[in-house]
Amino acid sequence: MSTTLQPVSVEELAAAVRSAPRVIATGAGTKPRLSAVSADIVRVSTAKLAGITEYEPSEFTFTALAGTPVREIRAALGERGQYLPFDPVLADAGSTLGGTVAAGINGPGRWRYGGLRDFILGVRFVDGYGRLLRLGGKVVKNAAGFDVPKLLVGSAGRLGALAEITFKVFPRPSAWRTLRLPAADEAAKARLLAELGRGRWELDAVESVVGEPIVFTRLGAPEAAIDALAKEITERFGGAILGEDEAAAWWRDAAEFRWTHLGGAWAKFPLTPSDGPAFAAWVAAQPGARARIGAAGNVGYVSWPGAAAPAECPWRGVLLRGNGPLWPGPRRDSAVAGAVKAALDPAGRFPGLED
Amino acid sequence: MTRPKPNPALRRLAAVVPAGRILDGPAQLAAYESDALTAFQTRPLAIVVPETQEEVVAVVRFCHAEGLPFVARGSGTSLSGGSLPVAGGIVIALNRLNRIRRIDLDQRIAVVEPGVINSAVTAAVQAHGLHYAPDPSSQPICTIGGNVAFNAGGAHCLKYGMTSNHVLGLKAVLATGEVVEFGGASREQAGPDWTGLFVGNEGLFGVALEITLQLLPRAECFHTVLAGYATLEQAGDAVAAIVASGLLPGAIEIMEKLALEAATAAVHAEYPPGCEAVLIVELEGPREVVAADRARLDALLAASGPVEVRPARDAAERMAIWKGRKSAFSAVGRLSPDFIVQDGVVPRRRLGEALRLINGWSREMGVRCANVFHAGDGNLHPLILYDGREPGALQRAEELAGRILRMCVEMGGSITGEHGVGVEKRDYLPDMFAAEEIACLKRIRAAFDPKGIANPGKMFPEKGAPALAHAGLHPLEKAGVISRE
Repeated sequence: MSTTLQPVSVEELAAAVRSAPRVIATGAGTKPRLSAVSADIVRVSTAKLAGITEYEPSEFTFTALAGTPVREIRAALGERGQYLPFDPVLADAGSTLGGTVAAGINGPGRWRYGGLRDFILGVRFVDGYGRLLRLGGKVVKNAAGFDVPKLLVGSAGRLGALAEITFKVFPRPSAWRTLRLPAADEAAKARLLAELGRGRWELDAVESVVGEPIVFTRLGAPEAAIDALAKEITERFGGAILGEDEAAAWWRDAAEFRWTHLGGAWAKFPLTPSDGPAFAAWVAAQPGARARIGAAGNVGYVSWPGAAAPAECPWRGVLLRGNGPLWPGPRRDSAVAGAVKAALDPAGRFPGLED
Repeated sequence: MTRPKPNPALRRLAAVVPAGRILDGPAQLAAYESDALTAFQTRPLAIVVPETQEEVVAVVRFCHAEGLPFVARGSGTSLSGGSLPVAGGIVIALNRLNRIRRIDLDQRIAVVEPGVINSAVTAAVQAHGLHYAPDPSSQPICTIGGNVAFNAGGAHCLKYGMTSNHVLGLKAVLATGEVVEFGGASREQAGPDWTGLFVGNEGLFGVALEITLQLLPRAECFHTVLAGYATLEQAGDAVAAIVASGLLPGAIEIMEKLALEAATAAVHAEYPPGCEAVLIVELEGPREVVAADRARLDALLAASGPVEVRPARDAAERMAIWKGRKSAFSAVGRLSPDFIVQDGVVPRRRLGEALRLINGWSREMGVRCANVFHAGDGNLHPLILYDGREPGALQRAEELAGRILRMCVEMGGSITGEHGVGVEKRDYLPDMFAAEEIACLKRIRAAFDPKGIANPGKMFPEKGAPALAHAGLHPLEKAGVISRE
């Protein structure tokens, strides 16, 4: 049984990192593979490092401690008519802001304005020397210094322990509509995704379930404009507008990954829309595997019924739950990745990039 | 006239690139002495003009082996001295690597070489209803490679972000000679965001060889409004009201009186008379959305006490508004032989206070200052005017610039929103970051460039100032070919 520390301040977080030769920061454990490393490691939980430290709606920015539950942030922003447009995932399951950054995964809304990497502005983090560092900025625009906040997105705690994060936010559209569009097969679906991506409508999300002849898309716009846009899309592609409850349930299911097998392996794979048919065929060949394609064909998520991820994956991705390599698929090695890891964590206090 | 003996390193360099790629004549070197920050000038050893990615790799590997410093350069439009040459080093001019290698309309990406001009990307795809969003004012001349190195911004950053938000992947030769590929054609990624780290490296990591850019559908409809105000505070209050309303305009810009006069003189821009400040707001999107947002914006502006509100009635009027705004910087050249452009950022709610302080210092020090800024994201662009022939004038201008930068940091902002640190602001980096943080950045730099040969002297404070000389406009600027943001 490994030791777990629970720092209550950012200074204590730094001390916790310094206290052991091998450590990893953990959040709520909603993406458990990221922190599933050898048992002799000290786990530094951010559970008590929670709370929004600054929120200035007129600046379109907020700063929160790494352990802050995403759902708390969503509620605070919502009260002021704002949101994180990339739809942080697993909020209802308890995900933390720090874990969301470390995982680098986005919800369906990432389609419109970009992903987490496009909204992160600054970080305070503890490096492998155990020093608390602040890089990036707290304003919506900043070009001073290297963009270390972006580097930490998707870094799975291998380069440092996040203490506090600053994000840009946007005003939330006043009205939403969800459309269900037909697509005869995976090839037709890939074409539809590309066409939706090029259209004039500024869609908020474009998602599909692999193996089902349907594409779901969401519009976010002013109330006065939204019905005209929704009508044009359904007239052009067929399909229907979902009722409010049905739509809310569908998007919650998507952002919470409730469609995945409980306890089964679950991974993310960056894709391009033209990968769609091959990706669907690969999923179909694996008994019991379920998959969704999001961001208009730019990402695939796969859930397997068993805990073991397949030994071979044709795409490079990240395993979020289950057993298998952290980064399934073809390797892409670079000497500089190791050198940057050594620059931030010379003694290998955090797990290796490939652990 | 006898030419000096070629440097031995240059003789060896000549062996790794085809003939004619090395320029080292006095007139050729002089042309590369400065970038758009003309106050700094350094003569390099030579200019190399590679024509292929392989040639760039060979040159960088040569530099690594020899320990020869190099500065990669696009069109030299850096406002922070980012492409200032290094004495005893070479400049790698990337302008001939200007091929758009691939356009994928379904995936909405363009794969380009670093010497491709920013606006050429949009020109190549606009027939398909797409565009490349980042729009620095120098976009008719600046290159994507330079945009990537300095994470260039523009007038539409509030909604669309900066260059880094539009670079999906890249191939680069690092200062070690290693060729890497980061990211790819997907908008999503797995693992640490190496692409995000590379963008904005200020040339300290290596040279981007091929860049995958995200293209966006061009907005169907624009609504661009120019509103004149009797006071700057009123213009600032209007910005606050727009932001608080929940609208998300594509751009919110303010120009102060001195900048208005300059734009009027330079490009015959017309502004409502009797205004201390002009606000430019642009809405964009599907026509139904713009129509809905426009009604709200019009009501907000009407209630903000403007002298006059002028909506652009057609595309030509919209272009005229932007021409006035984007030419403001070079136009200021008509008011003063020399000027420094700053690009500090303050929290948006403190814009009014920041401008009052700047204008107070400007009066107190007798240094004229024209303010143009991206009000939507708190990014100031004070143009500090001086006459370099006047003793002490440059020093006074620099002192005002320094006060402004420190004010930005004290207010919780940044010393640079989009121009980068470069040579110009390197001594201010410690105002923004603690010694341990700068040490961390330096260690990262050393991971990419252990010998410190890639664009040395930029970003990090160093002992010994680079050659500082007063100078007027860049020759291209005088000719109206380039402009500053």
